[in-house]
Amino acid sequence: MADKTATRQAYGEFLIEKGKTTKNLIVMDADLSKSTMTAGFAKAFPDRFFNMGIAEQNLYGVAAGLAVSGKVVCASTFAMFATGRAFEIIRNSIGYTHANVKICATHAGITVGEDGASHQTFEDVALMRTIPGMTVLNPSDAPSAKRLLDLAIDADGPFYIRLGRAAVPVLYGADAALAVGKGQLLREGRDFAVIATGVMVHEALRAAETLAGEGIGVRVIDMHTIKPLDGEIVEKAATETRGLVTAEEHSVLGGLFGAVAEYAAAHCPVRILPVGQRDSYGESGKPDELLRKYGMSADAIADAVRRLAG
Amino acid sequence: MLTDFKQLEETARAIRANVIRQLYRAGSGHPGGSLSAADILTVLYFGEMRVDPKNPQLPDRDRFVLSKGHAAPVLYAALAEKGYFPKEELEGLRKLGALLQGHPNIKVPGVEMSTGSLGQGFSAAVGMALAARMDGGGRVYALLGDGELEEGLVWEAAMSAGHYRLDNLCVTVDWNGLQIDGRNEDVMTVAPIGDKFASFGFHVISIDGHSLPAIAGAFAEARAQKGKPTVVVAKTVKGKGVSFMENEAGWHGKAPNEEEAKRAMAELGGAL
Repeated sequence: MADKTATRQAYGEFLIEKGKTTKNLIVMDADLSKSTMTAGFAKAFPDRFFNMGIAEQNLYGVAAGLAVSGKVVCASTFAMFATGRAFEIIRNSIGYTHANVKICATHAGITVGEDGASHQTFEDVALMRTIPGMTVLNPSDAPSAKRLLDLAIDADGPFYIRLGRAAVPVLYGADAALAVGKGQLLREGRDFAVIATGVMVHEALRAAETLAGEGIGVRVIDMHTIKPLDGEIVEKAATETRGLVTAEEHSVLGGLFGAVAEYAAAHCPVRILPVGQRDSYGESGKPDELLRKYGMSADAIADAVRRLAG
Repeated sequence: MLTDFKQLEETARAIRANVIRQLYRAGSGHPGGSLSAADILTVLYFGEMRVDPKNPQLPDRDRFVLSKGHAAPVLYAALAEKGYFPKEELEGLRKLGALLQGHPNIKVPGVEMSTGSLGQGFSAAVGMALAARMDGGGRVYALLGDGELEEGLVWEAAMSAGHYRLDNLCVTVDWNGLQIDGRNEDVMTVAPIGDKFASFGFHVISIDGHSLPAIAGAFAEARAQKGKPTVVVAKTVKGKGVSFMENEAGWHGKAPNEEEAKRAMAELGGAL
């Protein structure tokens, strides 16, 4: 097993790197800089870091004001509070103005772990996806997180970048040629396809390995960009295999499953089974235990593929 | 600096007249809080702020954010009077496909921030002031309603403006005492306004919000402040300038019909 790194760790490291060349880069936080990993940037560039205290609405309101004044802003807090508490500020002050704010939200999903249900958000992607002009990213490992953050900071307009607390294996090389809006084919397979995002990409690869042993060929796609969705790669998967499974550390309502199903229903009807958080809250526990208990594991993905296989 | 208050009075009257014209043609909108803020915007755009309507994106310009975005007609009237866009655009307010939306939109020349959801303009103004301080830019002004002070975000923004000692930020509260459902103290007590801001680290100036010299003096005093933001608590009359709209909560969000608009114009001078 390769070294494990959390995507939030990659974010913190990348900010320091990017801050050297992008002089109008501002980083903001809401009293969680040691957890979101923005503390490194704060130390390296104290004049370009603003801690807004425990005030997420104002975090994103002020970020919007900085952005319309010509700054590019990475504003971080936990995903629950960024997208839940500040939703309407993000919608009206950042989305409606198409402000150059990158909402870099950490501790998304159930792998927050021990903090429990109040801090485990499964709604963030669904919320951000409904905002016109918002690009939604969910990287699966450290190198892809850095690459996608680089593209996001250089691009104009609002981005939601979903980052995790837990350390995850490294999948990509440092020079991976990822593009926003283009899903990444990680494993070829002709029987079924698993379209996964974030942490679940790792589970999908393990499931594909297990299923290969049963004679089932599974294609695995890293859908690191949930919006705009790569329709081409979905259509290929839908037409070249016998069915799809989506896998996300998010509610099955409104996230990746929603995005893929919406696209497929209109363009390439196919049976799709979702793996994700069922319409329920989480609880305290270790990330791996929680992924298993709440049906977001390699086993759950393999079971879904077997159900498709009949 | 400004000395010609007679000229400013005339400008304020013209702006009020265009508020009534816009709302009559739109058939909906917010006269009360537009008229109460007319003198404040007149002093800002025609006396205080360094702006150039021919170059609305000058990097070191002063910026104004109408945080009480429902008073859009008074902002549009001031911007048109200043020359940011032709006055004919005022006729399209709230109409399909028109430039002027029901609440301010950043796409309009001279509008610095899309507002309408209360509290957010103030928060954005804090960000603009931080950016301006970094870049050697101009001053930042925001106008808040008194009912708007009931939004929690206002106090998050105030706390951060005080914390970051934003002496390039001047916030004015249009304290007309009325909100949609009635008097502030009946709906939700906002007083004492000055004491609240003072405790958040603001320099507080209380004035008559319809005295042009007092408004100009307050902005000059704010400019001289070092190390803290300023709040101007401007006591105003909702609907000021149109006798039958004054101090009537019912005129918060209702457009005048033809007869009412004509009566208003008779008081303000000029044709409907």
